[in-house]
Formats: sequence, C-alpha cells, structure tokens
Amino acid sequence: MWNPFAIIGRVVLATLEEIGQLSLFTWNGVSHVVRPPYFFRLLGQQMMRIGYFSLPVVAMTAFFTGGVLALQIYYGGSQYNSESIVATIVALGITRELGPVLAGLMVAGRVGASIAAELGTMRVTEQIDALTTLSTNPYKYLVAPRLVAAVITVPILVLIADIIGVMGGYMVATKNLDFNGGVYLANTIDFLKTDDVTSGLIKSAVFGFIIALMGCFHGFNSKGGAQGVGRATTNAVVTASILILAADYVMTSLIFKS
Amino acid sequence: MTKLKIDLKNVSKRFGSKTVLNGLSLSIPSGESTVVIGGSGTGKSVMLKCILGIITPDAGEILVDGVDVVKLRGGDRDAYLAKFGMLFQGGALFDSLPVWENVAFGLIQGRNMARGKARDIAIEKLAKVGLGADVAKLYPAELSGGMQKRVGLARAIAADPEIIFFDEPTTGLDPIMADVINDLIIATVKDLGATALSITHDMASARKIADHIAMIYKGRIIWNGPVGRIDDSGNDYVDQFIHGRAEGPITMDLLKP
Ligand SMILES: Nc1ncnc2c1ncn2[C@@H]1O[C@H](COP(=O)(O)OP(=O)(O)OP(=O)(O)O)[C@@H](O)[C@H]1O
Ligand SMILES: [Mg+2]
Repeated sequence: MWNPFAIIGRVVLATLEEIGQLSLFTWNGVSHVVRPPYFFRLLGQQMMRIGYFSLPVVAMTAFFTGGVLALQIYYGGSQYNSESIVATIVALGITRELGPVLAGLMVAGRVGASIAAELGTMRVTEQIDALTTLSTNPYKYLVAPRLVAAVITVPILVLIADIIGVMGGYMVATKNLDFNGGVYLANTIDFLKTDDVTSGLIKSAVFGFIIALMGCFHGFNSKGGAQGVGRATTNAVVTASILILAADYVMTSLIFKS
Repeated sequence: MTKLKIDLKNVSKRFGSKTVLNGLSLSIPSGESTVVIGGSGTGKSVMLKCILGIITPDAGEILVDGVDVVKLRGGDRDAYLAKFGMLFQGGALFDSLPVWENVAFGLIQGRNMARGKARDIAIEKLAKVGLGADVAKLYPAELSGGMQKRVGLARAIAADPEIIFFDEPTTGLDPIMADVINDLIIATVKDLGATALSITHDMASARKIADHIAMIYKGRIIWNGPVGRIDDSGNDYVDQFIHGRAEGPITMDLLKP
C-alpha cells in the first residue's frame, strides 16, 4: 500500500490514463468541428457567452496592465530617453506577451469555469445521456461549438486588449509622467511590427482552444453530485492556466527563434 | 412464437469491485409491454443504459432487431438510437431550455424539423400527459417534481419511437396522475405499436401496464412470465417482492447484522 514504487506506479498509470482520455476526447471534439451538420445557432450563443461577456474583464485587465507597465518602466529604467522606451516596451510587452497571457488567464477563470460547471451539471443529472437518446451527439452539440467559439473570440478579445493596454500606457504616460501624447503614439506605431501583433493573436487562438477543451473535458468527466462538479470546475481552471503558460513558453521559443 | 425486439444474453457489468449485472438474460417481444421489477440498486437502470450504449457492458450480447449493438459506433449508432425514447429516472430535462424545447428536442436536433412545427407537436404531446400550453414556456426548474416527470414522458414519446424505456414512470406522482400515465403507456404501445420496457416498484402500475413481468435480483433475471402468472409464480423472491414483505429470501443489506 505504502510501497513507494507502488505509489509512483499508480501515479504514472493514472497520468497516462488521463492523457489517453484527453487525447480521445480532443479527437472526438475536433472531428465533430469539421463534420456536418453544423449548429450555427449554438455557435452564435457560445460566441456571445465566451467572447462578448468576457469583454469587461479583459478590458479592465489590459487597461491596468498597460498603465502599471508604463509606471514600472519609467521608475525602473533609466530616465534617459524614457519617452521612447516606455512607449515601445509597453507596446511590445502588451501585444507579444501580456495581452494574450493575461486575457487567456482571465478568460480561463471566467469561461473555463462556467463551461466545466455547466457540462458537469449536465453530466451528473444525466442530461448528457439524454442528449444521446435524442439522436444528438453530445460532442457535436456541446463540445464543438464551444471549441470553435473560443478559438474565434479569444483572439478578438486579445486584439481589443492590445489596443486598450496601449491606451492604458498612454493615459499613465501623458497624465502622470507628463509625456507628450503625440510623440508617445508615434513611438508606439514606429516600433510595433505586424508580427508582434499576429504572434500574440496566434498564441491566443491556441489559448482559446485550451480553455474550451479543459472546460469541456473536465465537465464531461465529472462524477457524483455537486462536489464532483466543484472539483471539475477547479481542475478546468487550474489545468487551463498551467497549459496556457506552458504553451506560451513553447510557442514563444518557436516563433521568435525563426 | 412472437418476434423478439430486444434480446439480452449473459450481459455483465461491474463498477470497480462491485458486480451490478451478473450474466443477465432477458428477451423482450416486439410490440408488447414488458415490466422489470426488483429491489433498489439491483441494476435496473444500468440494464437500460447498457441497451442504449450509455454504459458499455463488460461481457454479453445485446441484440436489437437481431443486430448486436454493443459495438455500434458513429452513424450506425445514431441511426440505432433514433429508434428509442427514454424516460430517465431523474428526469434529465435540459434545464437551459424551456419545456416545449425539451419535448421538441429530438424532433429539432435529431430530425431537423422546423421549430414551429416541432413546437406544435410538443404542445400536443404535453396535452397527452396532462400539461397545458401555459407550461410550455416555463423552464424545468419552475415545475414540480411530478410535472417534470410528465415532461420527461412527453419528451420520450415525442418522436414516436419504436422502443420506449420508462424508468420508474409513476414514482412521485399522485395516484390519479399515476393511473393517467399508466393509460398513456398502454395507449402508446397500442397506438404506435411500440415496444415498451418499463421499470417500476409500483405493483399496481406493473399489473396494469405489463404484458410480461420480469424480476431482477442480484444482477440476473430470476423470473419472467406473463402478467397473469405473477400471483402464482411459484417463486419465493417474486412473492416476497409483490407483497412487499420484509420477511423472506430477499434480505435488505441494512437488515444484515
Ligand atoms: N456510473 C456508475 N458508476 C458506478 N456505479 C454505478 C454507476 N451506475 C450505477 N452504479 C451502481 O450500480 C448499482 C445499480 O444501480 P441502478 O441505478 O441500476 O439501480 P436500480 O436498480 O435502478 O435502483 P433504483 O430502483 O433505486 O433506481 C448501484 O449500486 C449503483 O451504485
Ligand atoms: Mg434506477
């Protein structure tokens, strides 16, 4: 029972089983994205829920992050040449990293949790079984629309976050640090390349996929009443957050090497 | 001999170390109403879910219309499931959808029927279970337990399925409504020519709706016969169950010392 090898063996087996289940689940979900019939009505609903209703949270996060970034660079860096350095670092930092990652984490908390709770409740009250008996594939009806909606809307959210983040930096720079607004914006535009923005958007599409996948996977596999649904919700948020950070590292090293 | 609709052969299922179905065999004739009785936790709901492929049995065959359905996948499985209607023991209503959309769900999603037409059919089916059109736009959470049961029933029969499973259709209903539901089940079998498989603890209901009764005990069918034979089954387990006696060969786990 307490044999260390037995414990390690159990953990390894459980992890492998989980990875196997997740791969199968991902395959089922993705294959239903591409196979007809398509449920556009459900997709629209999910885009509203995942994208539109996340706007306030993401906008606030981006605004304050841009602002605080400007302050830190100004106080921490040399005051020499600060006017161009603050603008460029805020722009690069937000579009390349902080926009996608922070928006991803906020959406993981908001949307990942709500997907897991909703599907988890449907699982434990047999609603997912009921779908099957009504000739409706639950992957098609529940998983596919959420995956697609998240992959489409999270990049849009991040694009908006990029703009608002830069505006946050601009507000702090012009109101607190007495920079010239026109010069600040000119510096931002001069230094920012399209690649900086697109790399962030590509990352965020992947983050969207991770968020929806984790929410659906943990919701689908929840067991036993309210407690099980609670556990699924927590797991969905925690695993999505960790995977977002890990995927960010991997993608950054791939994108900026080339 | 009548044609078999469903034939379960030596079906077994265990969860962890717990054996629930233990070589269960049961033949269900086409176009008739079979009722399965048996104590709580003996695997009645698990049996239904095995037939529907919601739970995969560990061993055994399940033949429906002569085809083994345990390994059906993809499009074949969807076509297979379109034959069924199921009333879940817990209702399993979609709580994000109004009542009428619950009832019309199989028609809209499964058969691509226009929403307006499906809605009319839903209202008609709701009327059959004694619910008015005013209930149609409420959400399941706004209904009483018995009303939820009736919505579940309307949903199960909405697409006029060939085979209908009723998992405890009358539990939680008042005696009069229970009898209305009994009549409805009988009518569904007669009018649609459907094959019904019901699970119940309610012997009055079982006697009324059944053509055949089967009793499940410890994961097996221990008695199976026409409803008229239930009182002289010659089986002590059946006798104890139908008379609801605490004393007899069936001992409840909680009575064990
Ligand atoms: N998904 C599952 N995982 C683990 N155990 C299960 C699962 N489903 C059912 N069981 C177990 O199988 C046994 C039989 O359950 P089932 O729901 O079939 O009982 P039942 O005969 O329908 O009882 P009741 O009349 O109370 O509804 C129970 O002991 C239950 O704990
Ligand atoms: Mg049951």
